[in-house]
Amino acid sequence: MPIGAVIEFTNITKKFGQVTAVNDLSFTVEPGRVTGFLGPNGAGKTTTLRMLLGLVAATSGTATFGGLRYRDLPRPLQTVGAALEAASFHPGRTAANHLGVYAIAAGLPRTRVAEVLHTVGLAEHANQRVGGYSLGMRQRLGLAYSLLGDPGVLVLDEPINGLDPEGIKWIRGFLSSMAAEGRTVLVSSHLLSEVQQSVDDVIIIAKGSLVHSGPLSSLDTNIAPQVIVDSPTRDALGKALTDAGLAFTSGRTGLIVAVPDPGQVGHIAFTAGVELNALHRQKAGLEDSFLALVEGGDSL
Amino acid sequence: MNLILRPVAAEFNKILTTRMWWILALVLFGYIALLAGGLSALFGGVESGAISPDSMNTGGGGDLSGLGSLPPLIYSFAASVGYVFPVLLGALATTGEFRHQTLTPTFLATPKRGGVLGAKTIALFVVGAGLGLVGLAASVGVGALVLGGFGVDPLLADGETWALIGRTVLAMALWAVIGVGLGTLVPSQVASIVIVLAFTQFVEPLLRFAAAFTEVTADIGKFLPGAASDALVGASFFTLASPGGGVLEPWQGGLVLLAYGLAATVGGYFISWKRDVT
Repeated sequence: MPIGAVIEFTNITKKFGQVTAVNDLSFTVEPGRVTGFLGPNGAGKTTTLRMLLGLVAATSGTATFGGLRYRDLPRPLQTVGAALEAASFHPGRTAANHLGVYAIAAGLPRTRVAEVLHTVGLAEHANQRVGGYSLGMRQRLGLAYSLLGDPGVLVLDEPINGLDPEGIKWIRGFLSSMAAEGRTVLVSSHLLSEVQQSVDDVIIIAKGSLVHSGPLSSLDTNIAPQVIVDSPTRDALGKALTDAGLAFTSGRTGLIVAVPDPGQVGHIAFTAGVELNALHRQKAGLEDSFLALVEGGDSL
Repeated sequence: MNLILRPVAAEFNKILTTRMWWILALVLFGYIALLAGGLSALFGGVESGAISPDSMNTGGGGDLSGLGSLPPLIYSFAASVGYVFPVLLGALATTGEFRHQTLTPTFLATPKRGGVLGAKTIALFVVGAGLGLVGLAASVGVGALVLGGFGVDPLLADGETWALIGRTVLAMALWAVIGVGLGTLVPSQVASIVIVLAFTQFVEPLLRFAAAFTEVTADIGKFLPGAASDALVGASFFTLASPGGGVLEPWQGGLVLLAYGLAATVGGYFISWKRDVT
Protein backbone atom coordinates (compact mmCIF):
# COMPACT_ATOMS: atom_id res chain seq x y z
CA MET A 1 0.00 0.00 0.00
CA PRO A 2 1.52 3.32 -0.99
CA ILE A 3 2.16 5.64 1.90
CA GLY A 4 1.21 9.27 1.49
CA ALA A 5 3.83 11.95 1.91
CA VAL A 6 3.26 15.28 3.62
CA ILE A 7 2.87 18.12 1.13
CA GLU A 8 4.48 21.26 2.41
CA PHE A 9 4.20 24.74 0.96
CA THR A 10 6.69 27.20 2.39
CA ASN A 11 6.28 30.90 1.62
CA ILE A 12 5.49 30.13 -1.98
CA THR A 13 4.93 33.18 -4.17
CA LYS A 14 4.25 33.63 -7.86
CA LYS A 15 4.34 36.93 -9.66
CA PHE A 16 3.33 37.34 -13.27
CA GLY A 17 4.96 40.65 -14.10
CA GLN A 18 3.49 43.14 -11.66
CA VAL A 19 0.61 40.87 -10.69
CA THR A 20 1.04 38.70 -7.62
CA ALA A 21 -0.99 35.57 -8.33
CA VAL A 22 0.09 33.68 -5.22
CA ASN A 23 1.33 35.54 -2.21
CA ASP A 24 3.52 33.93 0.42
CA LEU A 25 1.45 30.79 0.95
CA SER A 26 2.49 28.39 3.68
CA PHE A 27 0.52 25.31 4.67
CA THR A 28 0.85 21.58 4.98
CA VAL A 29 -1.33 18.77 3.71
CA GLU A 30 -1.37 15.61 5.78
CA PRO A 31 -1.63 12.01 4.62
CA GLY A 32 -4.68 9.96 5.51
CA ARG A 33 -7.03 12.89 5.06
CA VAL A 34 -8.83 14.55 2.20
CA THR A 35 -7.86 18.20 2.08
CA GLY A 36 -9.99 20.66 0.17
CA PHE A 37 -8.07 23.50 -1.43
CA LEU A 38 -10.69 26.15 -1.85
CA GLY A 39 -11.06 29.61 -3.21
CA PRO A 40 -12.99 31.49 -5.84
CA ASN A 41 -11.98 31.30 -9.48
CA GLY A 42 -8.84 33.34 -10.00
CA ALA A 43 -7.73 32.99 -6.39
CA GLY A 44 -4.51 31.27 -7.46
CA LYS A 45 -5.41 27.62 -6.80
CA THR A 46 -4.30 26.25 -10.14
CA THR A 47 -1.10 28.31 -10.13
CA THR A 48 -0.30 27.01 -6.65
CA LEU A 49 -0.87 23.40 -7.70
CA ARG A 50 1.20 23.88 -10.85
CA MET A 51 4.05 25.26 -8.75
CA LEU A 52 3.75 22.22 -6.50
CA LEU A 53 4.11 19.99 -9.56
CA GLY A 54 7.02 21.90 -11.05
CA LEU A 55 5.03 23.02 -14.09
CA VAL A 56 5.19 26.66 -13.08
CA ALA A 57 8.33 28.07 -11.52
CA ALA A 58 7.77 29.75 -8.17
CA THR A 59 9.03 33.30 -7.88
CA SER A 60 10.11 32.41 -4.36
CA GLY A 61 9.40 29.77 -1.75
CA THR A 62 9.17 26.02 -2.09
CA ALA A 63 6.62 23.24 -2.34
CA THR A 64 7.69 19.72 -1.46
CA PHE A 65 6.49 16.14 -1.07
CA GLY A 66 8.07 14.64 2.01
CA GLY A 67 10.83 17.23 1.66
CA LEU A 68 11.50 16.69 -2.05
CA ARG A 69 10.56 19.03 -4.85
CA TYR A 70 8.54 17.38 -7.60
CA ARG A 71 11.36 17.42 -10.10
CA ASP A 72 13.67 15.74 -7.59
CA LEU A 73 11.32 12.82 -7.01
CA PRO A 74 13.07 9.68 -8.22
CA ARG A 75 9.81 8.13 -9.46
CA PRO A 76 7.36 11.01 -9.88
CA LEU A 77 4.29 9.19 -11.21
CA GLN A 78 4.70 6.45 -8.61
CA THR A 79 4.84 9.08 -5.87
CA VAL A 80 2.38 11.76 -6.92
CA GLY A 81 -0.65 11.46 -9.17
CA ALA A 82 -2.04 14.69 -10.54
CA ALA A 83 -5.06 15.59 -12.60
CA LEU A 84 -5.15 19.24 -13.59
CA GLU A 85 -8.07 21.21 -14.85
CA ALA A 86 -6.92 21.58 -18.43
CA ALA A 87 -7.91 18.77 -20.75
CA SER A 88 -4.46 17.57 -21.73
CA PHE A 89 -5.11 15.05 -24.46
CA HIS A 90 -4.30 14.65 -28.10
CA PRO A 91 -7.78 14.20 -29.58
CA GLY A 92 -6.56 11.67 -32.12
CA ARG A 93 -5.09 9.30 -29.57
CA THR A 94 -7.17 6.63 -27.86
CA ALA A 95 -7.52 6.68 -24.10
CA ALA A 96 -5.45 3.52 -23.74
CA ASN A 97 -2.70 4.86 -25.98
CA HIS A 98 -2.75 8.21 -24.17
CA LEU A 99 -2.09 6.48 -20.87
CA GLY A 100 0.28 4.04 -22.56
CA VAL A 101 2.63 6.86 -23.57
CA TYR A 102 3.05 7.98 -19.98
CA ALA A 103 3.20 4.46 -18.61
CA ILE A 104 6.23 3.95 -20.85
CA ALA A 105 7.76 7.26 -19.77
CA ALA A 106 7.35 6.35 -16.11
CA GLY A 107 8.48 2.75 -16.55
CA LEU A 108 5.12 1.33 -15.52
CA PRO A 109 3.78 -1.97 -16.83
CA ARG A 110 1.26 -1.61 -19.66
CA THR A 111 -1.24 -3.61 -17.56
CA ARG A 112 -1.68 -0.53 -15.36
CA VAL A 113 -3.45 1.21 -18.26
CA ALA A 114 -6.35 -1.24 -18.34
CA GLU A 115 -6.46 -1.29 -14.55
CA VAL A 116 -6.84 2.45 -14.11
CA LEU A 117 -9.30 2.74 -16.99
CA HIS A 118 -11.37 0.09 -15.24
CA THR A 119 -11.09 1.95 -11.93
CA VAL A 120 -12.51 5.16 -13.39
CA GLY A 121 -15.17 3.35 -15.39
CA LEU A 122 -13.75 3.90 -18.86
CA ALA A 123 -12.84 0.30 -19.66
CA GLU A 124 -15.30 0.05 -22.54
CA HIS A 125 -14.10 3.31 -24.05
CA ALA A 126 -10.42 2.45 -23.81
CA ASN A 127 -9.91 2.20 -27.55
CA GLN A 128 -11.97 5.21 -28.46
CA ARG A 129 -10.23 8.41 -29.56
CA VAL A 130 -10.31 11.01 -26.82
CA GLY A 131 -11.58 13.63 -29.28
CA GLY A 132 -14.99 11.99 -29.02
CA TYR A 133 -15.05 12.00 -25.23
CA SER A 134 -17.53 14.04 -23.21
CA LEU A 135 -16.28 16.44 -20.54
CA GLY A 136 -17.13 13.93 -17.83
CA MET A 137 -15.19 11.18 -19.62
CA ARG A 138 -12.20 13.48 -20.01
CA GLN A 139 -12.31 14.19 -16.29
CA ARG A 140 -12.28 10.46 -15.63
CA LEU A 141 -9.39 9.97 -18.03
CA GLY A 142 -7.47 12.73 -16.25
CA LEU A 143 -8.13 10.91 -13.01
CA ALA A 144 -7.01 7.63 -14.58
CA TYR A 145 -3.73 9.32 -15.50
CA SER A 146 -3.23 10.40 -11.90
CA LEU A 147 -3.73 6.82 -10.70
CA LEU A 148 -1.35 5.27 -13.23
CA GLY A 149 1.57 4.95 -10.83
CA ASP A 150 -0.58 3.97 -7.83
CA PRO A 151 0.82 7.00 -6.01
CA GLY A 152 0.67 7.82 -2.32
CA VAL A 153 -0.24 11.42 -3.06
CA LEU A 154 -3.13 12.63 -5.20
CA VAL A 155 -3.36 16.23 -6.38
CA LEU A 156 -6.62 16.90 -8.20
CA ASP A 157 -7.63 20.26 -9.62
CA GLU A 158 -11.41 20.67 -9.81
CA PRO A 159 -12.00 16.94 -10.32
CA ILE A 160 -15.75 17.28 -9.91
CA ASN A 161 -16.23 19.82 -12.71
CA GLY A 162 -18.23 18.31 -15.52
CA LEU A 163 -19.09 15.06 -13.76
CA ASP A 164 -22.67 13.83 -13.77
CA PRO A 165 -24.39 13.29 -10.38
CA GLU A 166 -23.48 9.62 -10.43
CA GLY A 167 -19.86 10.52 -11.13
CA ILE A 168 -19.85 13.08 -8.32
CA LYS A 169 -21.14 10.50 -5.88
CA TRP A 170 -18.55 8.03 -7.09
CA ILE A 171 -15.61 10.42 -6.78
CA ARG A 172 -16.59 11.45 -3.28
CA GLY A 173 -16.48 7.87 -2.13
CA PHE A 174 -13.31 7.34 -4.10
CA LEU A 175 -11.48 10.26 -2.48
CA SER A 176 -12.46 9.13 0.98
CA SER A 177 -11.31 5.57 0.32
CA MET A 178 -7.97 6.81 -1.03
CA ALA A 179 -7.42 8.83 2.15
CA ALA A 180 -8.54 5.91 4.28
CA GLU A 181 -5.74 3.87 2.70
CA GLY A 182 -3.27 6.39 4.08
CA ARG A 183 -2.76 8.45 0.96
CA THR A 184 -2.49 12.23 0.87
CA VAL A 185 -5.40 13.68 -1.09
CA LEU A 186 -5.45 17.34 -2.09
CA VAL A 187 -8.52 18.44 -4.04
CA SER A 188 -9.19 21.93 -5.27
CA SER A 189 -12.59 23.44 -5.87
CA HIS A 190 -14.17 26.84 -6.13
CA LEU A 191 -17.29 25.53 -4.42
CA LEU A 192 -17.15 24.29 -0.88
CA SER A 193 -20.52 22.56 -1.29
CA GLU A 194 -18.98 20.41 -4.03
CA VAL A 195 -16.44 18.87 -1.70
CA GLN A 196 -17.71 19.44 1.82
CA GLN A 197 -19.10 15.92 2.02
CA SER A 198 -15.72 14.37 1.41
CA VAL A 199 -13.08 16.70 2.83
CA ASP A 200 -11.59 16.47 6.30
CA ASP A 201 -9.49 19.60 6.17
CA VAL A 202 -9.86 22.84 4.29
CA ILE A 203 -7.33 25.34 3.03
CA ILE A 204 -8.96 28.50 1.77
CA ILE A 205 -7.24 31.12 -0.30
CA ALA A 206 -8.47 34.38 -1.77
CA LYS A 207 -6.58 36.74 -4.05
CA GLY A 208 -3.50 34.56 -3.74
CA SER A 209 -3.32 34.64 0.04
CA LEU A 210 -4.22 32.11 2.69
CA VAL A 211 -7.37 33.10 4.57
CA HIS A 212 -8.10 29.95 6.51
CA SER A 213 -6.77 26.50 7.16
CA GLY A 214 -7.93 23.79 9.52
CA PRO A 215 -10.42 20.97 9.84
CA LEU A 216 -13.73 21.38 8.05
CA SER A 217 -15.49 21.82 11.41
CA SER A 218 -13.43 24.93 12.08
CA LEU A 219 -15.53 26.71 9.48
CA ASP A 220 -18.61 26.06 11.56
CA THR A 221 -17.91 28.65 14.21
CA ASN A 222 -16.89 31.43 11.95
CA ILE A 223 -20.28 33.04 11.61
CA ALA A 224 -22.59 33.55 14.55
CA PRO A 225 -25.89 31.72 14.23
CA GLN A 226 -29.11 33.64 13.92
CA VAL A 227 -32.69 33.25 14.99
CA ILE A 228 -35.52 33.44 12.52
CA VAL A 229 -38.82 34.45 13.98
CA ASP A 230 -42.17 35.23 12.40
CA SER A 231 -45.57 36.29 13.54
CA PRO A 232 -48.99 36.95 11.97
CA THR A 233 -48.44 40.47 13.25
CA ARG A 234 -44.91 41.22 12.15
CA ASP A 235 -45.09 44.89 13.06
CA ALA A 236 -45.94 44.10 16.66
CA LEU A 237 -43.14 41.54 16.77
CA GLY A 238 -40.72 44.09 15.36
CA LYS A 239 -41.73 46.62 17.97
CA ALA A 240 -41.31 44.09 20.77
CA LEU A 241 -37.80 43.24 19.54
CA THR A 242 -36.85 46.88 19.23
CA ASP A 243 -38.19 47.58 22.72
CA ALA A 244 -36.09 44.70 24.01
CA GLY A 245 -33.06 46.29 22.37
CA LEU A 246 -32.49 43.63 19.68
CA ALA A 247 -31.57 44.56 16.15
CA PHE A 248 -33.18 42.59 13.34
CA THR A 249 -33.57 42.54 9.61
CA SER A 250 -36.62 41.53 7.61
CA GLY A 251 -36.26 38.35 5.64
CA ARG A 252 -38.57 36.47 3.32
CA THR A 253 -39.52 33.94 5.95
CA GLY A 254 -39.57 36.26 8.93
CA LEU A 255 -37.40 38.56 10.98
CA ILE A 256 -33.75 37.66 11.35
CA VAL A 257 -32.40 38.40 14.78
CA ALA A 258 -28.68 38.32 15.38
CA VAL A 259 -28.75 36.36 18.62
CA PRO A 260 -27.86 32.71 19.08
CA ASP A 261 -30.70 31.73 21.44
CA PRO A 262 -34.27 31.20 20.13
CA GLY A 263 -35.50 31.06 23.73
CA GLN A 264 -34.53 34.68 24.29
CA VAL A 265 -36.55 35.79 21.27
CA GLY A 266 -39.52 33.59 22.25
CA HIS A 267 -39.51 35.07 25.72
CA ILE A 268 -39.59 38.62 24.37
CA ALA A 269 -42.55 37.76 22.13
CA PHE A 270 -44.34 36.00 24.95
CA THR A 271 -43.99 38.88 27.40
CA ALA A 272 -45.10 41.32 24.66
CA GLY A 273 -48.13 39.13 23.94
CA VAL A 274 -47.18 38.62 20.29
CA GLU A 275 -48.31 35.42 18.65
CA LEU A 276 -45.56 33.50 16.85
CA ASN A 277 -45.90 31.14 13.93
CA ALA A 278 -42.22 30.46 13.43
CA LEU A 279 -39.22 30.43 15.69
CA HIS A 280 -36.01 28.62 14.94
CA ARG A 281 -32.30 28.87 15.05
CA GLN A 282 -30.54 29.09 11.75
CA LYS A 283 -26.98 28.08 11.62
CA ALA A 284 -25.15 29.82 8.86
CA GLY A 285 -24.10 27.18 6.33
CA LEU A 286 -20.50 26.27 5.81
CA GLU A 287 -20.87 27.81 2.39
CA ASP A 288 -21.82 31.16 3.97
CA SER A 289 -18.84 30.89 6.21
CA PHE A 290 -16.66 30.11 3.23
CA LEU A 291 -18.05 33.01 1.22
CA ALA A 292 -17.55 35.39 4.12
CA LEU A 293 -13.92 34.27 4.30
CA VAL A 294 -13.11 34.65 0.63
CA GLU A 295 -14.98 37.90 0.25
CA GLY A 296 -13.69 39.46 3.42
CA GLY A 297 -10.21 38.28 2.65
CA ASP A 298 -9.28 38.73 6.31
CA SER A 299 -7.51 36.02 8.17
CA LEU A 300 -9.41 34.66 11.12
CA MET B 1 14.86 0.29 -19.77
CA ASN B 2 16.70 3.07 -18.09
CA LEU B 3 16.01 6.74 -17.51
CA ILE B 4 17.30 7.79 -20.94
CA LEU B 5 15.56 5.15 -23.01
CA ARG B 6 12.14 5.45 -21.37
CA PRO B 7 11.42 9.02 -22.51
CA VAL B 8 12.69 8.13 -25.98
CA ALA B 9 10.36 5.12 -26.11
CA ALA B 10 7.51 7.34 -24.90
CA GLU B 11 8.21 9.87 -27.65
CA PHE B 12 8.20 7.11 -30.27
CA ASN B 13 4.92 5.91 -28.87
CA LYS B 14 3.48 9.42 -29.10
CA ILE B 15 4.28 9.63 -32.80
CA LEU B 16 3.05 6.16 -33.63
CA THR B 17 -0.26 6.43 -31.75
CA THR B 18 -1.58 9.30 -33.85
CA ARG B 19 -2.32 9.25 -37.54
CA MET B 20 -0.05 12.04 -38.69
CA TRP B 21 3.06 9.93 -39.37
CA TRP B 22 1.44 7.56 -41.82
CA ILE B 23 -0.60 10.25 -43.51
CA LEU B 24 2.59 12.21 -44.16
CA ALA B 25 4.42 9.03 -45.20
CA LEU B 26 1.63 8.18 -47.64
CA VAL B 27 1.53 11.64 -49.20
CA LEU B 28 5.33 11.72 -49.34
CA PHE B 29 5.38 8.38 -51.14
CA GLY B 30 2.71 9.37 -53.63
CA TYR B 31 4.24 12.76 -54.34
CA ILE B 32 7.78 11.48 -54.85
CA ALA B 33 6.64 8.42 -56.80
CA LEU B 34 4.76 10.68 -59.20
CA LEU B 35 7.66 13.07 -59.63
CA ALA B 36 10.36 10.41 -59.89
CA GLY B 37 8.23 8.24 -62.17
CA GLY B 38 7.22 11.11 -64.41
CA LEU B 39 10.67 12.63 -64.81
CA SER B 40 12.30 9.23 -65.20
CA ALA B 41 9.90 8.54 -68.03
CA LEU B 42 10.59 11.92 -69.59
CA PHE B 43 14.38 11.91 -69.36
CA GLY B 44 14.67 8.19 -69.74
CA GLY B 45 12.60 8.49 -72.87
CA VAL B 46 14.83 11.24 -74.23
CA GLU B 47 18.04 9.50 -73.31
CA SER B 48 16.94 6.22 -74.82
CA GLY B 49 15.64 7.98 -77.88
CA ALA B 50 12.10 6.90 -77.27
CA ILE B 51 11.20 10.59 -77.08
CA SER B 52 12.71 12.87 -79.71
CA PRO B 53 14.88 15.54 -78.08
CA ASP B 54 13.56 18.03 -80.60
CA SER B 55 10.11 17.69 -79.17
CA MET B 56 11.40 19.09 -75.88
CA ASN B 57 11.53 22.78 -75.32
CA THR B 58 14.49 22.76 -72.97
CA GLY B 59 16.84 25.05 -74.82
CA GLY B 60 19.49 22.54 -73.96
CA GLY B 61 18.07 20.32 -76.65
CA GLY B 62 19.53 16.87 -76.81
CA ASP B 63 22.19 17.82 -74.34
CA LEU B 64 20.39 16.01 -71.60
CA SER B 65 22.62 13.02 -71.96
CA GLY B 66 25.31 15.39 -70.81
CA LEU B 67 23.81 15.18 -67.36
CA GLY B 68 25.77 12.03 -67.20
CA SER B 69 24.17 10.50 -64.16
CA LEU B 70 20.46 10.86 -64.42
CA PRO B 71 19.55 8.25 -61.78
CA PRO B 72 21.12 10.11 -58.80
CA LEU B 73 19.16 13.22 -59.73
CA ILE B 74 15.91 11.26 -59.80
CA TYR B 75 16.77 9.46 -56.57
CA SER B 76 17.61 12.71 -54.78
CA PHE B 77 13.97 13.81 -55.06
CA ALA B 78 13.35 11.89 -51.85
CA ALA B 79 15.19 14.62 -49.96
CA SER B 80 15.39 17.61 -52.31
CA VAL B 81 11.61 17.64 -52.71
CA GLY B 82 10.49 15.42 -49.85
CA TYR B 83 12.34 17.21 -47.03
CA VAL B 84 9.28 19.28 -46.19
CA PHE B 85 7.60 16.13 -44.78
CA PRO B 86 10.01 15.35 -41.94
CA VAL B 87 10.13 19.06 -41.04
CA LEU B 88 6.36 19.10 -40.85
CA LEU B 89 6.25 15.93 -38.76
CA GLY B 90 8.85 17.30 -36.35
CA ALA B 91 7.08 20.64 -36.07
CA LEU B 92 3.66 19.01 -35.62
CA ALA B 93 4.95 16.58 -32.99
CA THR B 94 6.34 19.49 -30.99
CA THR B 95 3.68 22.15 -31.45
CA GLY B 96 1.00 19.52 -30.81
CA GLU B 97 2.31 19.25 -27.26
CA PHE B 98 1.62 22.94 -26.75
CA ARG B 99 -1.65 22.95 -28.65
CA HIS B 100 -3.17 19.96 -26.86
CA GLN B 101 -1.52 20.81 -23.54
CA THR B 102 0.08 17.40 -23.41
CA LEU B 103 3.19 19.04 -22.00
CA THR B 104 1.45 18.78 -18.63
CA PRO B 105 1.25 14.96 -18.47
CA THR B 106 4.59 14.73 -20.25
CA PHE B 107 6.44 16.86 -17.72
CA LEU B 108 4.64 15.18 -14.84
CA ALA B 109 5.89 11.80 -16.04
CA THR B 110 9.38 13.13 -16.87
CA PRO B 111 10.09 16.34 -14.92
CA LYS B 112 13.53 16.73 -16.51
CA ARG B 113 12.44 18.85 -19.43
CA GLY B 114 15.75 18.90 -21.23
CA GLY B 115 15.64 15.12 -21.24
CA VAL B 116 12.17 15.16 -22.80
CA LEU B 117 13.31 17.49 -25.57
CA GLY B 118 16.39 15.35 -26.17
CA ALA B 119 14.19 12.26 -26.31
CA LYS B 120 11.87 13.93 -28.78
CA THR B 121 14.83 14.93 -30.93
CA ILE B 122 16.15 11.37 -30.99
CA ALA B 123 12.72 9.91 -31.75
CA LEU B 124 12.08 12.36 -34.58
CA PHE B 125 15.59 11.75 -35.95
CA VAL B 126 14.75 8.08 -36.28
CA VAL B 127 11.24 8.64 -37.63
CA GLY B 128 12.67 11.23 -40.05
CA ALA B 129 15.10 8.57 -41.25
CA GLY B 130 12.07 6.32 -41.70
CA LEU B 131 10.42 8.99 -43.85
CA GLY B 132 13.69 9.10 -45.78
CA LEU B 133 13.32 5.40 -46.51
CA VAL B 134 9.72 5.96 -47.62
CA GLY B 135 10.82 8.78 -49.91
CA LEU B 136 13.61 6.60 -51.31
CA ALA B 137 11.23 3.71 -51.83
CA ALA B 138 9.35 6.10 -54.09
CA SER B 139 12.26 7.85 -55.82
CA VAL B 140 14.56 4.85 -56.19
CA GLY B 141 11.86 2.20 -56.37
CA VAL B 142 9.71 3.88 -58.98
CA GLY B 143 12.56 5.83 -60.61
CA ALA B 144 14.78 2.80 -61.18
CA LEU B 145 11.87 0.79 -62.48
CA VAL B 146 10.92 3.41 -65.05
CA LEU B 147 14.54 4.16 -66.04
CA GLY B 148 15.18 0.47 -66.44
CA GLY B 149 12.06 0.24 -68.55
CA PHE B 150 13.60 2.74 -70.97
CA GLY B 151 16.84 0.88 -71.02
CA VAL B 152 18.71 3.42 -68.93
CA ASP B 153 21.06 1.91 -66.36
CA PRO B 154 19.52 2.70 -62.95
CA LEU B 155 23.03 2.43 -61.43
CA LEU B 156 21.78 0.24 -58.62
CA ALA B 157 25.01 -1.72 -58.66
CA ASP B 158 26.95 1.49 -58.19
CA GLY B 159 28.33 2.04 -54.69
CA GLU B 160 27.89 5.80 -55.09
CA THR B 161 24.14 5.31 -55.57
CA TRP B 162 23.93 3.54 -52.25
CA ALA B 163 26.05 6.18 -50.57
CA LEU B 164 23.59 8.76 -51.88
CA ILE B 165 20.73 6.71 -50.48
CA GLY B 166 22.43 6.64 -47.09
CA ARG B 167 23.07 10.38 -47.15
CA THR B 168 19.44 10.98 -48.12
CA VAL B 169 18.26 9.05 -45.07
CA LEU B 170 20.56 11.16 -42.90
CA ALA B 171 19.32 14.40 -44.48
CA MET B 172 15.68 13.48 -43.88
CA ALA B 173 16.47 12.55 -40.26
CA LEU B 174 18.16 15.92 -39.73
CA TRP B 175 15.20 17.73 -41.26
CA ALA B 176 12.91 16.14 -38.69
CA VAL B 177 15.23 17.45 -35.98
CA ILE B 178 15.01 20.92 -37.53
CA GLY B 179 11.23 20.51 -37.36
CA VAL B 180 11.45 19.84 -33.62
CA GLY B 181 13.58 22.94 -33.21
CA LEU B 182 11.20 25.05 -35.21
CA GLY B 183 8.27 23.75 -33.15
CA THR B 184 9.94 24.89 -29.95
CA LEU B 185 10.88 28.25 -31.45
CA VAL B 186 7.35 28.81 -32.78
CA PRO B 187 5.00 26.82 -30.53
CA SER B 188 1.92 28.01 -32.39
CA GLN B 189 1.03 25.10 -34.63
CA VAL B 190 -0.58 27.15 -37.36
CA ALA B 191 2.30 29.62 -37.45
CA SER B 192 4.79 26.77 -37.54
CA ILE B 193 3.08 25.06 -40.48
CA VAL B 194 2.84 28.34 -42.38
CA ILE B 195 6.53 28.99 -41.80
CA VAL B 196 7.51 25.48 -42.94
CA LEU B 197 5.46 25.71 -46.12
CA ALA B 198 6.32 29.31 -46.95
CA PHE B 199 10.01 28.87 -46.28
CA THR B 200 10.55 25.52 -47.99
CA GLN B 201 8.29 26.08 -50.96
CA PHE B 202 8.79 29.75 -51.62
CA VAL B 203 11.23 31.82 -49.59
CA GLU B 204 14.25 29.55 -49.66
CA PRO B 205 14.06 28.58 -53.34
CA LEU B 206 13.87 32.29 -54.17
CA LEU B 207 16.78 33.13 -51.88
CA ARG B 208 18.89 30.36 -53.34
CA PHE B 209 18.05 31.48 -56.83
CA ALA B 210 18.82 35.12 -56.06
CA ALA B 211 21.98 34.26 -54.15
CA ALA B 212 23.40 32.46 -57.16
CA PHE B 213 23.74 35.73 -59.09
CA THR B 214 26.85 37.06 -57.40
CA GLU B 215 29.79 35.23 -55.96
CA VAL B 216 29.51 36.81 -52.52
CA THR B 217 25.86 35.95 -52.05
CA ALA B 218 26.45 32.50 -53.49
CA ASP B 219 28.96 31.89 -50.74
CA ILE B 220 26.29 32.77 -48.22
CA GLY B 221 23.52 31.01 -50.10
CA LYS B 222 25.22 27.65 -49.91
CA PHE B 223 24.68 27.74 -46.16
CA LEU B 224 20.92 27.97 -46.52
CA PRO B 225 19.38 24.81 -45.06
CA GLY B 226 17.97 23.57 -48.36
CA ALA B 227 21.33 24.12 -50.09
CA ALA B 228 23.14 22.37 -47.24
CA SER B 229 20.72 19.47 -47.53
CA ASP B 230 21.28 19.16 -51.27
CA ALA B 231 25.02 19.28 -50.62
CA LEU B 232 24.69 16.48 -48.09
CA VAL B 233 22.68 14.33 -50.47
CA GLY B 234 25.14 15.19 -53.23
CA ALA B 235 22.78 15.65 -56.13
CA SER B 236 19.80 17.81 -56.82
CA PHE B 237 17.95 19.43 -59.66
CA PHE B 238 18.19 22.69 -57.85
CA THR B 239 21.99 22.77 -57.80
CA LEU B 240 21.89 21.82 -61.44
CA ALA B 241 19.50 24.63 -62.23
CA SER B 242 21.68 27.27 -60.60
CA PRO B 243 25.20 26.64 -61.74
CA GLY B 244 27.92 28.93 -60.53
CA GLY B 245 26.65 28.77 -56.98
CA GLY B 246 29.17 27.22 -54.67
CA VAL B 247 28.23 23.89 -53.19
CA LEU B 248 29.39 22.50 -49.89
CA GLU B 249 30.93 19.10 -49.49
CA PRO B 250 28.41 16.48 -48.35
CA TRP B 251 29.91 16.27 -44.86
CA GLN B 252 29.86 20.06 -44.59
CA GLY B 253 26.25 20.12 -45.70
CA GLY B 254 25.43 17.54 -43.04
CA LEU B 255 27.12 19.58 -40.34
CA VAL B 256 25.35 22.76 -41.43
CA LEU B 257 22.01 20.96 -41.32
CA LEU B 258 22.79 19.52 -37.91
CA ALA B 259 23.81 22.97 -36.69
CA TYR B 260 20.45 24.39 -37.80
CA GLY B 261 18.60 21.63 -35.97
CA LEU B 262 20.58 21.96 -32.77
CA ALA B 263 20.57 25.76 -32.76
CA ALA B 264 16.80 25.85 -33.23
CA THR B 265 16.19 23.21 -30.57
CA VAL B 266 18.48 24.77 -27.99
CA GLY B 267 17.03 28.21 -28.72
CA GLY B 268 13.51 26.80 -28.50
CA TYR B 269 14.32 25.14 -25.19
CA PHE B 270 14.90 28.56 -23.67
CA ILE B 271 12.15 30.34 -25.57
CA SER B 272 9.27 27.96 -24.91
CA TRP B 273 10.22 24.58 -23.51
CA LYS B 274 11.42 25.59 -20.05
CA ARG B 275 8.70 28.20 -19.61
CA ASP B 276 5.77 27.84 -17.22
CA VAL B 277 3.18 25.34 -18.39
CA THR B 278 -0.15 26.95 -17.59
